[in-house]
Amino acid sequence: MFRRERSIPLRGSAAALCNNLSVLQLPVRNLTHFGVVHGPSAQLLSAAPEGVPLAQRQLQAKEGAGVSPPLITQVHWCVLPFRVLLVLTSHRGIQMYESDGSVMVYWHALDAGDASLVQAVFARGIAASGHFICVGMWSGRVLVFDIPAKGPNIVLSEELAGHQTPITDIATEPAQGQLDCKPLENRDCVADMVTADDSGLLCVWQSGPEFKLLTRIPGFGVPCPSVQLWQGTVAAGYGNGQVRLYEASTGTLHVQIDAHARAICALDLAPELLSAAEDTFVHIWQLSRSPEGGYIEVEHCHGECVPDTQVCGARFCDPSGSSFAVTGYDLAEILRFSSM
Amino acid sequence: MSVRTLPLLFLNLGGEMLYILDQRLRAQNIPGDKARKVLNDIISTMFNRKFMEELFKPQELYSKKALRTVYDRLAHASIMRLNQASMDKLYDLMTMAFKYQVLLCPRPKDVLLVTFNHLDAIKGFIQDSPTILHQVDETFQQLTEIYGGLSAGEFQLIRQTLLIFFQDLHIRVSIFLKDKVQNSNGRFVLPVSGPLPWGTKVPGLVRTFNNKGEEVRKVEFKHGGSYVAAPKEGSFELYGDRVLKLGTNMYSVNRPMETHMSGASENLAAQTQESIAPNPLAKEELNLLARLIGGMEIKKPSGPEPGFRLNLFTTDEEEEQAALTRPEELFYEVINIQATQDQQTNEELARIMGEFEILDQPRRSASKGDDLLAMMDEL
Repeated sequence: MFRRERSIPLRGSAAALCNNLSVLQLPVRNLTHFGVVHGPSAQLLSAAPEGVPLAQRQLQAKEGAGVSPPLITQVHWCVLPFRVLLVLTSHRGIQMYESDGSVMVYWHALDAGDASLVQAVFARGIAASGHFICVGMWSGRVLVFDIPAKGPNIVLSEELAGHQTPITDIATEPAQGQLDCKPLENRDCVADMVTADDSGLLCVWQSGPEFKLLTRIPGFGVPCPSVQLWQGTVAAGYGNGQVRLYEASTGTLHVQIDAHARAICALDLAPELLSAAEDTFVHIWQLSRSPEGGYIEVEHCHGECVPDTQVCGARFCDPSGSSFAVTGYDLAEILRFSSM
Repeated sequence: MSVRTLPLLFLNLGGEMLYILDQRLRAQNIPGDKARKVLNDIISTMFNRKFMEELFKPQELYSKKALRTVYDRLAHASIMRLNQASMDKLYDLMTMAFKYQVLLCPRPKDVLLVTFNHLDAIKGFIQDSPTILHQVDETFQQLTEIYGGLSAGEFQLIRQTLLIFFQDLHIRVSIFLKDKVQNSNGRFVLPVSGPLPWGTKVPGLVRTFNNKGEEVRKVEFKHGGSYVAAPKEGSFELYGDRVLKLGTNMYSVNRPMETHMSGASENLAAQTQESIAPNPLAKEELNLLARLIGGMEIKKPSGPEPGFRLNLFTTDEEEEQAALTRPEELFYEVINIQATQDQQTNEELARIMGEFEILDQPRRSASKGDDLLAMMDEL
C-alpha cells in the first residue's frame, strides 16, 4: 500500500512527453534531484527526504534558426563511473551539463542533413553505459559519446545504425548491477543496452569501444515509448497499454501484461517494475524468477490512480522501490508516493 | 515538434468556431439568409484552395498570437463584426473545446476522426452550395493523402505537439462544467471507464510464456478502471460512421456559453515567458502569416448588404464588462507589426490589406502605410 506524500511544486507544468521525469538519488547527501521538461525549458530541483524543495534551476534549450523557440524532448541524469552529467535533448541538439546544471560542458548541434521536409528533427532517448553516453535521433541513429573522467573533452565516438524510425528511449543495465555481477561464462553476450523506437522495434546491444548489436525484437504496429533493462531482462511499454518482458540476450518473450488502457509513458525498474500511462494509472509489479524453469514471473503489487491526470513521467525515488514520484501533463507539481 | 500539425489545428478550431457562431446567430435571431451568408462566406474562405495549399505545407506551429490573428481575419470574412471581447470569448471557447477533444482522443490517430467529424458538420452547413462542398471534399482528400499513411508514432508526435500548444490553458467553460467533463479548477475529467482505444485490450491480464513460446501461466489482476473493448473502428472514408463523438456539435440552440475567467490561468511565470518572446522570431512568423492570410481570398462585400454585429454574450453590457475585467494574463496580444522594419514584409501585408475592407469603421486619411499598420494593430 502506498500513501500520497507532500507534492513538490514546479515553476512550470510538465509537457506531454514520455519519460518526462528524471530522478537522481544522492543518498550520501540525503538529497534527491528531479528533472522535468516544461517545453522550451526544463526545471531541475533538489529536495530533502520529506519532499521539502531546497534549490531549483531552469535550463533553456539552446536557440537556433526557426520560427518558435526550440522544444526540449527529454532531460536525464547519466551516472558514469567517475562523474554524473545532466543531458538535455531538444529539436536543435544535445546539451550536456555538470550534474547540478550549473555549467554546460558540451553542445552537439543536430545535423538535419538528410531529413525530408516533413520529418521532425530532434534528439530523444538518453542513457549512460560505462563511460559512454548514448543519445537517440529522429533518424533512428544512436550517437555514442565518449566521456572523460572530468572536463569537457567529450568526443562523438560512434553512430549506431539499427533503427529506421525515431528513437523513443534507451536503457542500460544500472551501474550497481554491473559491479555486483558474477563473472559470466559467456562474456561475449552481455546485453547491457537496449534502444527502442516509434515503430516498437527494440535493439539489444553490447557496449564497448565498438557497440555490437546482439538481438532485434520486432514491434507490432505501435510505438514503444519506454524501455528498461535489468539483470538481463528487457521491460518494454507500448502505445497500446501493454508491457512486455523479454530475455535480453535472446529476445524471447516471457511475459505479456495488458497493463493499461492508454499508451504507456514511463517505466522504471529497480527491483520492482513501475509502469505509468496516459490512462491516469501507475502500477507496480514484482519480478521474480520461477524456481522450476528460471522464467521471469510478474505479479501485480499495487495500482495508483492519479485522478484526471495524463501521467507523463514516473520514477522510483529510492533503490528499494519504496517510494516513487509522478509528473502529469499540465500539472505544476511532482506528486510523491511512499509505501506505508 | 511535428511539422504536420497546423492543418489539424486550424481545421478543428475552425470547426468549433462555426459551431459557436451558428449557435449565436440563431440565439440572436439573425435572419436566416444573413446567417447562411455569414457561414457560407467563412467556410468558403477557410477552404479556399490557395489558403489550403499554404496551410498544408510542412511547417512548425504558429504561436498562439499568430494563430489568433488568422481567426480574427476569418471571423470577419463576411458581413458580420465582432467586438474584441466577443472575439476573445469565441477564441477561448474554440481552444478549450479542441484541447478537450485532443486530450480525450483514445488513440493519437483518432484526432483525424475528430477532424472528419468537424468536416462532416461543416458540409451540413453548406448543403446548398455545391462549389464550397467540392472545396471541403478536396480538403478531405488532402487530409486522407497526407495523414492516411502516417504511423502511430507520427500521430503520437502530432498529439504531443498539440498538447504542448494547449499547455496551461484552464479556462472554465459552462457547458463543460455542466456536463461534468471539466472540474471547477479548470482541468478536464479523464474517465477511467468506457470504451478502450481501438487496438487496446482490456487491462487485467498477465500471461507468462516459456522458451518455446507456449503460454504457461495466466493470472488476472485488478487494474482499477472499468473498461470495455471498442465496438468497432471509426471510418476514415469520405462518408462513414466515425464512432467517436468528439468533434461533433455540442451546442444546441439553448446551451449556455459562459466562460469563467477568475483563476483560469495558473503558472503566470510560464505564461509571461511566452508573451515576451523576442521580436526577431515575430518577424519570421509574420512572413508565414502574410503568406497564409494572403491565400485567404476574402471577397469584397457585394451589393448594399449591411453588416451586423454578433455578440457572444447575452447583453451588450455583459460584453463591455467582460472587456474591462479580462485578466491581463489572458490578453491575446496580436502580432506587433511595427516591430519589423522589413520593407518586403510590409509590402506583402500592404497588398493583402488592400484586398480587405472593414465596413463600418471610419478611417483616418493619412498615408496608406500608416493606415495599414494602424488597421493591423487594431485587430
